[in-house]
Amino acid sequence: MSKVAIRLAIAAAVLLGARAAAAQEKVTPSWTVATVSGQGQPKGYVEYQKYCVVCHGEGAGRPGTLALQAKYKGALPALLDKRTDLTPALIKMYVRNGITVMPTFRKTEISDAELDAIAVYLTRNNKP
Amino acid sequence: MKIPPGVSASDFAAAVKEFEDVVGKEWVFTSDEDVALYRDPYSPFLGEPDELVASAAVAPDGAEQVQAVVRIANKYKIPIYPVSTGKNLGYGGAAPVFSGSVVLDLKRMNRILEVNEESAYALVEPGVSYFDLYRYIQEKGLRLWVDVPDPGWGSPVGNALDRGGGYLMAQYRNHFDSHCGMEVVLANGEIIRTGMGAMPGAKTWQEYKTGFGPWVDGIFSQSNFGVVTKMGFWLMPEPEAYLSGTVYVPRHADLIPLVRILTHLENTRVTNGMPDLGSPLLYIPMIQEIDVWNEGGAPPPPDAELAELMAKSDAGFSPELEAYALRKGISYWSCKLSFYGPPKANEANWEFAKEKFLAIPGAKFVENENYKLPLTPEQREKVHKPQFGIPSLAMFSIGARTATNPNPTNGHMWFSPIIPRTGEAIFEANRVFNEAAKEFGIPALAFSLPSCYWERAFIFIFAFPVTRDVETNKKNRAAFKKLVQRAAEHGWGEYRTAPAYQDTIMSTYAYNNHSLLRFQETLKDAVDPNGILSAGRYGIWPKHLRKEPA
Repeated sequence: MSKVAIRLAIAAAVLLGARAAAAQEKVTPSWTVATVSGQGQPKGYVEYQKYCVVCHGEGAGRPGTLALQAKYKGALPALLDKRTDLTPALIKMYVRNGITVMPTFRKTEISDAELDAIAVYLTRNNKP
Repeated sequence: MKIPPGVSASDFAAAVKEFEDVVGKEWVFTSDEDVALYRDPYSPFLGEPDELVASAAVAPDGAEQVQAVVRIANKYKIPIYPVSTGKNLGYGGAAPVFSGSVVLDLKRMNRILEVNEESAYALVEPGVSYFDLYRYIQEKGLRLWVDVPDPGWGSPVGNALDRGGGYLMAQYRNHFDSHCGMEVVLANGEIIRTGMGAMPGAKTWQEYKTGFGPWVDGIFSQSNFGVVTKMGFWLMPEPEAYLSGTVYVPRHADLIPLVRILTHLENTRVTNGMPDLGSPLLYIPMIQEIDVWNEGGAPPPPDAELAELMAKSDAGFSPELEAYALRKGISYWSCKLSFYGPPKANEANWEFAKEKFLAIPGAKFVENENYKLPLTPEQREKVHKPQFGIPSLAMFSIGARTATNPNPTNGHMWFSPIIPRTGEAIFEANRVFNEAAKEFGIPALAFSLPSCYWERAFIFIFAFPVTRDVETNKKNRAAFKKLVQRAAEHGWGEYRTAPAYQDTIMSTYAYNNHSLLRFQETLKDAVDPNGILSAGRYGIWPKHLRKEPA
């Protein structure tokens, strides 16, 4: 299966899951598809989908991913949710201070609680 | 706690307490850490004492709370500065024009009040982003498109009030022009509705713009006469199909008939999407190609011979350069046309357009995209998303770190003059701006092409990088101001700008001893006698802060 086909299959599975779960489940809109369900996903997944993937997701047109590819040249994953070395403090520092063309995000945009959830999600695979 | 200028510490403390009573303590921000989030991330004053900063921020959750906050601000004469999503990057962000103002952060007002599929309109609050509106429409399965600007995290309300533009059919591209009806909290706290909205129980607030009597909506854009709390927008019904084709012409002088024919085709609605100019020879991408080029999709760079010819050319032209282009079969100019409509109509319109462009000897044509709509997910990944009403942030690859740009900027500011929609004007503007760049010591471009967002005029959009080096930023600011003056000497004015340049640009709109600005100041004094709202925005200052025009 090509990469595109795999991605489509995953997207379709996510969509079907979201529709089935919509009645009972907390459902958060994602960027290009209608809804993403938090069901079966780790804490912070929906917040990460909502706020971060438009720049830091996979595929064309994601300047955040592009920048991290250029920065690490494969030494570290360009996708933030594949990293295992981020700390909550570092994640919060970038969201609240910005870096190069990435702007700051105010608390009316991403609340402290949502940012905490994103930090939990992005550090979920860190080794203890 | 920072105190706004001209306000006593005790008055400010009392006002903050009253703000808290209205919006709740957690939505009034006064700590240095929280207030720093309202700095303009792309400020050209980065690290300088002149940076424009807030003293505090208040985030109401509805028009009634906005009214209450405005009344408190009047009582204590606190300068306040409303922002919608605060993502007007390159044109100011969330930072106030009058440093020390309290930012009125409307992001929490994020309700999509109505989307009517049959009549194709939406009514939204200022905190609704393009992403929010797009998702809502997708979730409901409505066959409507939103005309989005390149950065999708801004708001329809904020972008329209700043008079931004997009990509879809001409009647939607100018975001202010495509609004219909506003609700506005005036500086005295009173609330008004414009157009048909002034009639209680009106049935056509989002369908008929002007209501009865003077149409005042314009004075609430690029200004400081009120806080817009609701705004209607006309949306584009999803077309049956999309077709794009590119015209290539071989010679330098061909730009003149290319633009003339293009403009006629647009004004007669033969082509109805945003046209896009490029130059294969001069290595200038079309707007829609910029992010693709930044992502490694650029064509091979000019060979040594071409690079030398370009460097020696006069604003992108020399007989030798043109001879090279003809010899190698590289087109001087390209123009992509977009067609939205039924498939057969798109194809017929493209055929008709090609016939017209054949008046230019050597014109060639390539059909690019021909999609039945809606796009498949695979197509959606490939396309320039705003062209299909899909919000994105892809354009933020400009200045960002990429494989070809190892030294990212700290943001950018846009120098955006409007020029006539002719090839002659493009040539003249390039001559003028290149000479000016050399004179002012900033890098000159070989040649620049304007954007075609507006049907009746071109807009040049030059990015000035914001750096971490104070001296470079100072030099760029000085050059920016001189470019504004130089443009004005040729009758070209900016359409929009960051706070750092609003006074400078307003001073160039000087007909009859600045009579337009003086009229705006008369309005300002009448509707906001305490001068609390967005002092200085777009060069309009309240009486107590007014300076003589430069």
